[in-house]
Amino acid sequence: MIKDTFNISDNNFEQCLKCTVCTVYCPVAAVKPEYPGPKQSGPDGERLRLKNPDFYDEALKYCLNCKRCEVACPHDVKIGDIIQAARIKYSKKKPGLREMMLANTDIMGQMATTFSPVVNLSLGLKPVKAVLDGVMKIDGHRTFPKYASQKFESWFKKTAQASQAQYKNRVSFFHGCYINYNYPQLGKDFVKAMTAVGYGVQLLEKEKCCGVALISNGLIDQAKKQAELNIHSIRRSVAEAGIPVVGASSTCVFTMRDEYPHLLGVDNADVRDGINLATRFLYSLVDSGKVRLAFRDDYKLHLAYHTACHMEKMGWAIYSISALRLIPGVKLTVLDSQCCGIAGTYGFKKENYPTSQAIGDSLFKKIEALAPDYVVTDCETCKWQIEMSTSVPVKHPISIIADALDVEKTIELNRR
Amino acid sequence: MNINSESQFDAIIIGGGATGAGTARDCAMRGLKVLLVERSDFASGATGRNHGLLHSGARYAVTDHESASECIKENMILRRVARHCVEENDGLFITLPEDDLAYQAKFVESCRAAGINADIIDPAEAKRMEPSVNPTLIGAVRVPDGSVDPFRLTTANVIDAKIHGAVVLTHHEVVGFIIEQNRMTGVKLYDYGTKQTKEYRSKLVINAAGIWGHHIAELAGVKVNMFPAKGALMVFGHRVNNMVINRCRKPANADILVPGDTICVIGTTSSRVPFEECDNMYVTREEVDLLLKEGEKLAPALASTRILRAYAGVRPLVASDSDPSGRSISRGIVLLDHETRDGLAGFITITGGKLMTYRLMAEWAADLACKKLGVNEKCRTADVPLPGSREEDKAPSKKVYDMSATATKAAEGRHGFMTEKIKAESLSDKAVVCECEEVSVAEVDYAINDLHVDNLVNLRRRTRVGMGTCQGELCACRAAGRLAKASKCAQRAQDDLTHFLNERWKGMYPVAWGHTLSEIQFTSWIYEGVYGLSASDNK
Repeated sequence: MIKDTFNISDNNFEQCLKCTVCTVYCPVAAVKPEYPGPKQSGPDGERLRLKNPDFYDEALKYCLNCKRCEVACPHDVKIGDIIQAARIKYSKKKPGLREMMLANTDIMGQMATTFSPVVNLSLGLKPVKAVLDGVMKIDGHRTFPKYASQKFESWFKKTAQASQAQYKNRVSFFHGCYINYNYPQLGKDFVKAMTAVGYGVQLLEKEKCCGVALISNGLIDQAKKQAELNIHSIRRSVAEAGIPVVGASSTCVFTMRDEYPHLLGVDNADVRDGINLATRFLYSLVDSGKVRLAFRDDYKLHLAYHTACHMEKMGWAIYSISALRLIPGVKLTVLDSQCCGIAGTYGFKKENYPTSQAIGDSLFKKIEALAPDYVVTDCETCKWQIEMSTSVPVKHPISIIADALDVEKTIELNRR
Repeated sequence: MNINSESQFDAIIIGGGATGAGTARDCAMRGLKVLLVERSDFASGATGRNHGLLHSGARYAVTDHESASECIKENMILRRVARHCVEENDGLFITLPEDDLAYQAKFVESCRAAGINADIIDPAEAKRMEPSVNPTLIGAVRVPDGSVDPFRLTTANVIDAKIHGAVVLTHHEVVGFIIEQNRMTGVKLYDYGTKQTKEYRSKLVINAAGIWGHHIAELAGVKVNMFPAKGALMVFGHRVNNMVINRCRKPANADILVPGDTICVIGTTSSRVPFEECDNMYVTREEVDLLLKEGEKLAPALASTRILRAYAGVRPLVASDSDPSGRSISRGIVLLDHETRDGLAGFITITGGKLMTYRLMAEWAADLACKKLGVNEKCRTADVPLPGSREEDKAPSKKVYDMSATATKAAEGRHGFMTEKIKAESLSDKAVVCECEEVSVAEVDYAINDLHVDNLVNLRRRTRVGMGTCQGELCACRAAGRLAKASKCAQRAQDDLTHFLNERWKGMYPVAWGHTLSEIQFTSWIYEGVYGLSASDNK
């Protein structure tokens, strides 16, 4: 047997005291009896798999990789990592066309943005949806996020890049696939907010999809290549130029910080602290008195903040919540932290659709009952899920801040 | 006193270890009317308290040619007839820098002389084959070692003895013999269930009680000079190695690491103990230290691996009749015909030997029994597979057993083809009782109904319930619930639960540090804090 190449501490699963609190917190175990739950899939299963790899249970594919089990564990067992590593190592199911299509956000995005009107139209057409559902097993209830006609990168280079030189502070922006191909507005909002407080934005030397969808769809070699490329670019910025890297998507940031070393064996120890989340970066600047924000008087909204799973795992929801609370006109309700059920590409798969909706059900009901103006969350796939499953639109906290900002006044405040 | 008037047996076999169960099977297969009696549970003595090593015989090759060739023959037989009890892992004999590499040549030569395939392999190749092995090794020999599950092996022998008409009584202790005119004609058995003593008549009595055979012989008025030799072992939480790892040197303490089922076992020590200790052995701190210190030399990862528990067994060493002082000890098989030796007809003792040679011991004892009874039947146990390893036990087509892939696979490992007898029909039958070892409600119920299970310790030996990482923390109360349902007595199940947890604690106590200590503390919170059991509930 070749020694394990994945960086799960060899004996980490032994720390498990079998208390089962992980399974109590598992959103899947609660609604899907076929899933043995994190304790049995993780530390218990690992012991059996060490005895004989045939003990690998394909039911591990039902794991969302939300990592709520790891948050719940009182003994620091990397339960989610153990499950993901087992899937990588033992699963005999090879990724198919659907997995390739869902996971390759870069290739799909590149093609789709070029022909966005056609793609958006056809992805919404009933016959196309029928083919996706019937042949590809991508659930017909789902609608792919619309592709933008102009990529964020193209907009940035054309419109914003030249003016960034005037700022003495800098950040490198890891925009991720969603902002680049589907929702450039969030990227524009980020640039607006950062430049208002005197921070110039630059792109990374090179950026690829963080790879989270590749990992969850079993395309590990490709994920590893992209991780290496991203860490190389991040190293150029963080280690060589001393410029922090900031991303808006909680999942991209989490993946680059934690999944790279834990699941892909890509070492990021020297730059991990330099990879930050947009709301955390901005709030920390405010909190330490380095920058100040001024908001519009006429901005009055009721917002409900939804804590995405990877925000929970990083423990960073508090930064987004605190940032939103800076806005005087905002009435903020913090929803109980729970999984919405989408988990990236998981909920797109036909076989997972009922599970996905059952997991999110109580969340959707709470949102409907609360009827806020917007749900706010740091995760783009939570946005799709909540928008599909409720009548409330969803925004990113950076977009809320950008909207609420009195730009003139903020620039003035930070000039002093 | 009651007299059991049901029947007269041809042979009463005392001792439910591998040897007694094997003898009962062999005799029953030859057409004898057999009664097998065990004072506690199958495999509760030395049979269940060793490495579970399917010896290739290599360990004895240099020092004891006869044992070595017996071992390799039995090894090959068990691979055929007890497939579901055996794991064909292979073994390494490694030479470390502190060992003499010259011993290797002598070792290989002796192995070959005994008929054991022993191949010298490159240390780098050994590391590739078994990544956990001490990387500083300077020599390695590959031999056909393996693992054998003594509980399964004994149970399979009992099941087959019953199929061939044997009567089996567990929790029955021999308290006396019926001897008429220098001929043994029966035994007096105390039934722990009914608390009554009964007489059972038989033409022959075979003493296969291991170290306790010393006392049995005394009861019969004959002297068998035995010496209890304690061997301590330690179980680790998971498999560190997948091949057996031995030291290539003269047999010494703690120089075998055996992977078996979900765990691995390091052992043993060797020390003489008084007879009074045989029923209740404790592993000392010195033994734990020694096992760890030597174990790390075989596989360094043991130093940081969670230890589940420590336990000890008693090897029955028999002084040869020519030397009652005990200086010349035989480790081979000892078959005593008390008619020719002591003038007591109808009494045979089979002892010495080892788990590996249980079948051969049974064959010798059954041969002598048949000779005395005038039965002219040949031994067939080397050719006829045990229940669980027989193709014909496979259900023809209908799949009655439908559980999670993991639980099914785990059950198949434990019961072989007998798994087909486990019927999971409802959702609750499929529920898991023991999560560490993946034992379902259906499997527990099967064991209770078909495999002589009266208490949780019996159940553990049949199914591995409570043998995993949590040592009963989650499964003990669930399993006790199934036993309460079967016995229709909640109080009995509750007492049994307390007893079981104390038995688990006994094994954890010598290694109670780190995660093992946290685990037992958590178990105590659950059972004492939440369920309100207390240690003094234990009778």
